[in-house]
Amino acid sequence: MALSGVEIFKLLPKTNCKKCGFPTCLAFAMKLAQRQASLDACPDVSEEAKKVLGEASAPPVRPITFGTGDKAVKMGEETVLFRHDKKFVNPCAFAVEIQDTLSEADIAGIAEQVVNSEIDRVGQKLRVDAIALTNVSGDAGKLEAAAKTVAAKAPGVPVIICTENDQAADAAVKVFAGQKPVIFGANASNVEAMANVAKANKAVLGISANGLEELSALTEKVKSLGVEDMVLDSGARKAKDILEHNTLIRRAAVKKNFKPLGYPIINFVQREDALLETLVASLGVAKYGSIVVMKNIEKWKNVALFTLRQNIYTDPQVPMQVEQKVYNIGEPKAESPLFITTNFSLTYFIVSGEIENSKVASRLAVMDCEGLSVLTAWAAGKFTASKIAQFITESGVDKEIAGKELIIPGYVAILSGSIEDKLPGWKITVGPREANAIPAFLKGRAA
Amino acid sequence: MAFTPTKETYSGKVYPVSIGTGESEVTFGGENVLPFHSFEGETPNGPLIAYEIQDVPPSDWPENVRKPYEAVSDDPVKWAKHCQEGLKAKAIALRLTGTHPDRENRSPEDATKTIQDVLAAISVPLIILGSNHAEKDSAVLVAASEAAKGKNCIIGKAQEANYKTIAAAAMANNHKLIAMSELDINLSKQLNILITQMGFEKERVITDPMCSALGYGLEYTYSVMERIRLAALTQNDAIMQPPMMGDVGMYVWKIKETQASETDMPEWGAAEERGIAWEAVTAASLLAAGAELLIMRHPKAVEAVGNFLEELA
Repeated sequence: MALSGVEIFKLLPKTNCKKCGFPTCLAFAMKLAQRQASLDACPDVSEEAKKVLGEASAPPVRPITFGTGDKAVKMGEETVLFRHDKKFVNPCAFAVEIQDTLSEADIAGIAEQVVNSEIDRVGQKLRVDAIALTNVSGDAGKLEAAAKTVAAKAPGVPVIICTENDQAADAAVKVFAGQKPVIFGANASNVEAMANVAKANKAVLGISANGLEELSALTEKVKSLGVEDMVLDSGARKAKDILEHNTLIRRAAVKKNFKPLGYPIINFVQREDALLETLVASLGVAKYGSIVVMKNIEKWKNVALFTLRQNIYTDPQVPMQVEQKVYNIGEPKAESPLFITTNFSLTYFIVSGEIENSKVASRLAVMDCEGLSVLTAWAAGKFTASKIAQFITESGVDKEIAGKELIIPGYVAILSGSIEDKLPGWKITVGPREANAIPAFLKGRAA
Repeated sequence: MAFTPTKETYSGKVYPVSIGTGESEVTFGGENVLPFHSFEGETPNGPLIAYEIQDVPPSDWPENVRKPYEAVSDDPVKWAKHCQEGLKAKAIALRLTGTHPDRENRSPEDATKTIQDVLAAISVPLIILGSNHAEKDSAVLVAASEAAKGKNCIIGKAQEANYKTIAAAAMANNHKLIAMSELDINLSKQLNILITQMGFEKERVITDPMCSALGYGLEYTYSVMERIRLAALTQNDAIMQPPMMGDVGMYVWKIKETQASETDMPEWGAAEERGIAWEAVTAASLLAAGAELLIMRHPKAVEAVGNFLEELA
């Protein structure tokens, strides 16, 4: 449970020595309660207080990394329920199921799909992050053999080993020694044996339960057995239950600092219908899943889910920016129009969308204004005549176009004269104030 | 430490809105909890998906969403009947694209005729949308409101620049009204206030905080919707309590990901499935954020979102 400032105060030395940088122990306690100070700042705190406070001040969702190296997946550390309050921290990982009953060639095929799943979107590399190897056969040897194929064909990809048999888990996890896989999972009937396997192999342990009450009891038990890195499965499979359980788990962790549920969530959304699976996966992305396990990873599906994850995990306080450059819309020719705008992503999306709607191939010069929209950037002195002139000159766009004409946003019409002064030989045309008038504007020019 | 679920009880509630008449009347909204949180409150009505049709052939739609309507989209009446009978639509959204001055520039009288013909052919509720040209819409939507008198339609969209005439016409003819503002909770609230100050009942408004497609600003629409809904429920802010809508199809089917061929973008996979998934994921995300009314285009995307909703019920 989260401790209040007063509860924390009771555990402090109450000397008001100011060594922590705050005027009184009470002031320091209040800052600790708000997570704005660290207990390390107090040199005189007792060991017992450290233990109690350390537990209370840890992040509500435990930070856990699974896998190692550059493909390792970071999970947890979340502090809020809604993305507008504060950035969601560690993006949900996508995993694909590989059943150990598949042929070696099929297993290798899916593993290669995972390795080749990476795509680039607005400067970020996005991919299927993990493989969930399931012991459908019930046979330990088969699971181990499949594990070896996965390890060979998808080296470095984090793995979730799914079996209820501790001996099968132990054999398979050894294939990924030192790579911190997830073992999934422990349940009410095998929890001790599984905890031992996870502990001995330094693996993350997946906990599987029927409902949240059983889940809480199991995680406490696992913790008492010496395993602290866990991921949670409440047993929810239907969209309705996933939403309910994920929400209640996140609330318990964030609002009540309820430690038994302060771990990342794993959602199993496998469905025959690939499109429905995509939608249930998207619910996992939006609503607190840390790992979403799917049946298939078609490219059309990946690009949609990667994009959603990127959208949901964007920092709401930092405007999304697009890269500064001259973008081609359609296939512009030398005489096609050239627009300029700022690099706030929404501005870019709306302006480029309207140019696309007009069906007139164009160039759109997007200038780095630290993600501000046109008027704000102008007001902040980031979208000025001299900066525009410098950007256009350095872009070299004049070599690609026939006439030197630049269309500026209507809101900065006032700049047209001074840009002309600073860009000798260029004609500056004032475009529409709002992007939705661009199609008419372009149509008018053509006529 | 025993687990006790943290259930929330909210002071506010979303207004239920009913559209259409007789047996085909449908209601959406009415819940007193966050989207699909039936474990802690009432969700009496599920969201409503309306099929989008146009008054003119959809030459501006990309091929993969034009194809399913190829046989019917030359005529809005045929198209509407196909949606009602073939696709079992629960509502239809007629967009008067052809009235836009840069398109066919059809007159308000043309729009009246189209609306009357469509209404005569269908029994499900109709949503009537302008061409998003503020000036032209005020003339067209006034005519539309009169043409659909007594049919309990949704008229939209009223924006800051034209809400007075459109709201007055919707009020006089007893319709519901979409109030659209641009991705800002304060602008949205302000427009709802302006409209209700005219005497338009807030219980008859549908808030459109402006849609964005997945990858093209979806996170803004998503968070504005979540914030509006939290204001409605936790602060019991009556002016923020109308249900919300997402004009999904229009925003989704104009971006690169729903148009580029697999030949051009091999790493994006099959173009048709990709477009459908794009529309469905955008819709599903907005449902999770709080939308109760979606306007969509591709039958397969609508079907998938319908299946998703069944799982959430």
